[in-house]
Amino acid sequence: MDKRGKSILNNIEWKVVIAWLFLVLVGWLNIYAAVYDSEHSSIFDFSCRYGKQMIWIAASVVIALFVLIIDPKFFSQSSYLIYIICMGLLVVVLGVATATKGAKSWLGIGDFGIQPSEFAKFATALILAKVLSAINVDMKQWPTRLSAIGVVLLPMLLVLLQNDTGSALVFLSFVFVMFREGLSYMVLISGASVIILFVLALLINPYILIAILAVLILIAYFIIHKRNRHTKFIYFLGVFIFCAVIVSGVQVAFNEVLGSHQKDRIEVLLGQKKDDKGVGYNVNQSKIAIGSGGLTGKGFLQGTQTKFNFVPEQDTDFIFCTIGEEWGFIGSSIIVIVFIWLCVKIIKMAERQRSNFARIYGYGVASVIFFHVMVNIGMTIGLLPVIGIPLPFISYGGSSLWTFTLMLFVFIRQDASRGDLV
Amino acid sequence: MKNSLSSRRLVVMGIFITVGVIYIIRLLYLQIIDGTYAELANKNALRYVTQYPSRGLVYDRNGKLLVYNEAVYDLMVIPRQVKDLDTDYFCSLLKITREDFDKKMEKAKKYSLYAPSFFEKQISKEDFAQIQEKLYQFNGFYAQSRTLRTYPDSVAAAVLGYIGEVNEKKIEEDSYYKRGDYIGMSGLEKSYEKYLRGVKGNKITLVDVHNREKGSFQGGKFDEPAVAGQNLYSTIDLELQKYAEKLMKNKRGSIVAIEPSTGEVLCFVTAPAYDPNLLVGRVRGENYKRLANDISKPLFNRALMAEYPPGSIFKVAQALVALDMGVINPGTGFPCDKSLVGCHNHPSAPTVKDAIKMSCNPYFYRVFQREVQRLNPKTNKIDSKYGLSEWTAAMLKMGFGTRLDIDLPSVRKGYIPDTSFYNRWYPSGWNFYTIYSNSIGQGEVTVVPLQMANFAALVANRGWYITPHIVKYIGEEGKRFALKKYKEKHYSSVDAKYWDVAVAGMYGVVHEGGGTGRRADVPGLEVCGKTGTAQNSGEDHSVFISFAPRNNPKIAVSVYVENARGGGGAWAAPIAGLIIEKYIKREIERKEIEKQYMEAQPCQPIIVRKPVVKQENDSVKHDKNSVKQDSTKNTKK
Repeated sequence: MDKRGKSILNNIEWKVVIAWLFLVLVGWLNIYAAVYDSEHSSIFDFSCRYGKQMIWIAASVVIALFVLIIDPKFFSQSSYLIYIICMGLLVVVLGVATATKGAKSWLGIGDFGIQPSEFAKFATALILAKVLSAINVDMKQWPTRLSAIGVVLLPMLLVLLQNDTGSALVFLSFVFVMFREGLSYMVLISGASVIILFVLALLINPYILIAILAVLILIAYFIIHKRNRHTKFIYFLGVFIFCAVIVSGVQVAFNEVLGSHQKDRIEVLLGQKKDDKGVGYNVNQSKIAIGSGGLTGKGFLQGTQTKFNFVPEQDTDFIFCTIGEEWGFIGSSIIVIVFIWLCVKIIKMAERQRSNFARIYGYGVASVIFFHVMVNIGMTIGLLPVIGIPLPFISYGGSSLWTFTLMLFVFIRQDASRGDLV
Repeated sequence: MKNSLSSRRLVVMGIFITVGVIYIIRLLYLQIIDGTYAELANKNALRYVTQYPSRGLVYDRNGKLLVYNEAVYDLMVIPRQVKDLDTDYFCSLLKITREDFDKKMEKAKKYSLYAPSFFEKQISKEDFAQIQEKLYQFNGFYAQSRTLRTYPDSVAAAVLGYIGEVNEKKIEEDSYYKRGDYIGMSGLEKSYEKYLRGVKGNKITLVDVHNREKGSFQGGKFDEPAVAGQNLYSTIDLELQKYAEKLMKNKRGSIVAIEPSTGEVLCFVTAPAYDPNLLVGRVRGENYKRLANDISKPLFNRALMAEYPPGSIFKVAQALVALDMGVINPGTGFPCDKSLVGCHNHPSAPTVKDAIKMSCNPYFYRVFQREVQRLNPKTNKIDSKYGLSEWTAAMLKMGFGTRLDIDLPSVRKGYIPDTSFYNRWYPSGWNFYTIYSNSIGQGEVTVVPLQMANFAALVANRGWYITPHIVKYIGEEGKRFALKKYKEKHYSSVDAKYWDVAVAGMYGVVHEGGGTGRRADVPGLEVCGKTGTAQNSGEDHSVFISFAPRNNPKIAVSVYVENARGGGGAWAAPIAGLIIEKYIKREIERKEIEKQYMEAQPCQPIIVRKPVVKQENDSVKHDKNSVKQDSTKNTKK
């Protein structure tokens, strides 16, 4: 026991722990700044959000310690159980949860509310690692593909049914995991193409777009055909039909499938709608807050935009505005760098695992964190549509902080015992 | 197999890093390269609250207040903060109905839930006293004080003018004004606007998204306090003003009194007058509409704007100009030949003095004939031009036909015809017989009452006047100053030696047998005056100019009573006498006379379908036409 405890301490990747601590503290400081009111400035005022966040942080430290103490195999072994419990909770939420902000995602126990959709990300990362680390798995085989996609799709659909589109989209991040485990490049490329086509289809008249695509694909065919006489025209025709279907489908999907607020958000982002007071208000105010920060920012507690509530949800989804306004370009780019460093570091750590489970799980953790960071910050700086998901470790909220802490420390624990025999 | 897949980590890491780099570039652009966001942030969070200066006060010549600012209270409401309101009690306290309450509340909510809006505007000090002590019980309501112009004696509206919200055009011209600001619209409020208004200040406060104030910006370092407007010390004698307005209460017309030695206006009345307090605060709009629609035109400033024919008072000017031209001398006599022009029954005047005293029409027909025609019938068309040019120039030097630069807006200049006017009017040629009506102050000549008062002062001073003005000093003791233009003497072209002839004539009018203005006499005072009866389409206007005492005059007055039967001697002269008595003796001894003229209602009622102003304009035109007809008759003769 003694020996093992020591080896864990030695093997823990402290840099990642320090990065976690840094982000959590930055989060607390900015929540304090966002909610700050000179009349209620005691940091231990538990009626305020920064006071509550303090409790969530303390609890997450307990969670982290707990995770480091217990056997690393526990999570691998109980991943099915955890997954099933989480899916059950999602179903329960669907049934009984009270509606908040148009999304039925909260499960209230007294005054205390948790978001099962947050924990579902953790559970899905575990189950995906479990499924893909089993013996005789091959992403080229349909049974593997289907089971992998299935375990991700189930929580995604349940969350979507809660009307929480943002959280549902997070499950798309597991594509990175599957890609690493052998999913075809084509999936990534076609995924990217679909997104690009989607945006183009909204910006350009569909008939013109299809014509342009036809020309481009023809040119591509002739160039490639010159080099390789065996290139078959039928593939290019297939690509063209695929593109044409997407382009014409986008209009239908956009008008019929998406909710009106989602449509508005996308149109505002693409500059097709100018609406600084309505849908565009959040993003516009968010850009003003971040933009007014300048190089070094206005200083701690000096932000006017975030402090006076020009930016909505500034302690949760728009917390990055407070950082941008008060800490400027230096502060906000440090946050971006730390996040990207953390994600890359986790990938590197994952690659050094002997256990397939640990590696795949690591990819899951990195992907989920990265997706959150990309969407959340992208939204505040006006590069992505408004999708309400929190900034990991920083945004206010217990469920989110605990889930990310749990996910990260489970991986740190796996990594710490990477030397153990599998 | 797995090993080859591990190279895919590079793709994943590559995507991560690419997104990170794109985001940092975007941040660089937002925060450093594009500067507009910092500006937008200030616009969001800084509110510039204008600090309004208190407007300057106006005093009378004895230091009594004519206008001051009284505090009133606006009751403000922040709908979001209203809770546990005992609505019925609140309504009874404010003396409003439940429906009113709901309407006001709805309006406030519509404007903003968080920002204050007006609930009840301009509650008087008295009413507010009752509300104030209970206000703490009503969450979300608070009071905000502001000031209103207040006129303690309710007089001199025509002098003081009023203020109103600045219009779009002015905002465009002058960046000082912002929408909703108040500006002087007429009277002294308008002419002294730049002194009275003071300097607006600025307070910069931080506001949150709901427009709630969050304290001052950088401890008020950039705040600019407002500077109060400067007070005006006017020349008006409040007691005299009150008395004159009372005298004119049942009449239409005007009284202007001037201190001849200084040009200071002692009282300035246009009748009917209105209470200046009517055009203040929330009652203003309604009252203004009512006054504007009143057929007796209380908003029309007769003393400045009513261009009447001067009538016989013009004879004094005619005599002076003729004497100076040398076409008559003080001993010149003319028979009262009624075939020339109609006259009342009186003996022929042997001297200029007697002619003024008896106001002989044929005498002044002859005088004007000599001024204009120089008695050479063969060349009279050419002569007339030389004569009339000289005459016009002399008249202009007496303050007629020119805009007197008084410190009140929209003063009219009246009219003294000149040769080019008649050349245009009678392209086929004209001579004395065409224009003779001017000899007795009818015809094309018009004057405003202010000019007549100024003329009385000119005679009282024996040849000079200082432009009449209402404000003596601007600003406080020690820093006060006067406008230079109100210190300059303007000399008439008439030689100093002739003035005593005119003064003697005017003395005779009041004091000697055959004088037309004997009712102006004030026992113990040597009042000099001249009656006038200005013809127009309705009943004649009763006109009188005078000054007193004869030597070292203290006051010069012109009185116009519109459409009053009986001529200048009947109404205007006794009223002028009372004004003089009030000013010099401070007390009226002739109580019977005072009562008689105060109660009298001599003015012919206005025919409803013809508003007064129109009537006056018509009368001028009408006279011109009649002159035209008359003169053609004459030339044929």
